[in-house]
Amino acid sequence: MLLGPALGVSAALFTLGVFGVLLRRNAIVIFMCVELMLNAVNLTFVALAQSIGVAGQIFVFFVMAVAAAEAAVGLAIILAIFRHRGTVDLQNINLLKG
Amino acid sequence: MAGTLVLFWAFAGLALASALGCITRRSPVASALWLVVTLFALAALFVLLDAQFIAVLQLLVYAGAIMVLFLFVIMLLNLGHPGPMDVKGPVGVGTAFLLGGVLLFQLWILRQAAPPASIQLPPGSVARLQQEQGLVGAVARPLFDTYLIPFEITSLLLLAALVGAVVLAKRRL
Repeated sequence: MLLGPALGVSAALFTLGVFGVLLRRNAIVIFMCVELMLNAVNLTFVALAQSIGVAGQIFVFFVMAVAAAEAAVGLAIILAIFRHRGTVDLQNINLLKG
Repeated sequence: MAGTLVLFWAFAGLALASALGCITRRSPVASALWLVVTLFALAALFVLLDAQFIAVLQLLVYAGAIMVLFLFVIMLLNLGHPGPMDVKGPVGVGTAFLLGGVLLFQLWILRQAAPPASIQLPPGSVARLQQEQGLVGAVARPLFDTYLIPFEITSLLLLAALVGAVVLAKRRL
């Protein structure tokens, strides 16, 4: 069975995504790392679907729908920020810092 | 079985290597293209894990639609040329390694967790279900049956995202 190896790969991928979010300052790259984390979780769902039943694959379907909605809204927010501030570097976007 | 294992580790290695490329490349375009490679490798892993329909969806929705959206925004904002490296300072890097290490440690222990035997299906039962109902039918039938209400709510979510994206991206309403 591939369950153990798949969970290991998914753990490593998720950690890489977290690394990316914590390390980078470019808003678009951070956004791509969030997609990477979602994909790592999808791999977990698919791996577990092999032994628990096809419901795991249906959850992946819903995760994909949420990811698509999130990408559309998030990129629109990044566009609005870029239009307002002229940069997507999160270092310069600290309006809420007070 | 041995061939499956070799393929699995080959694509897993490809996914991890290109994910590393995604988070370390300086140019956002290079990052996005490495992420596409990761998504393709993950689709291959999905096929090896008996989820062929999900693998096709992964290629169509993620590698096709979402990544094109990302590349489109990168081009629109004219971020294609590699700027100065945007990694955070030493404090940020230290925090990232600490938190990432703790997280990897926790997930690595969870890796050995198997679902309890009482809820496990006999091996090969998902493949048998797919043979009986078809690759698409095995996923689609519960979607219109057990999971009908979440499925309808998904359409509402997509509508909300559509309206939200238009409102946010429009210069003036």
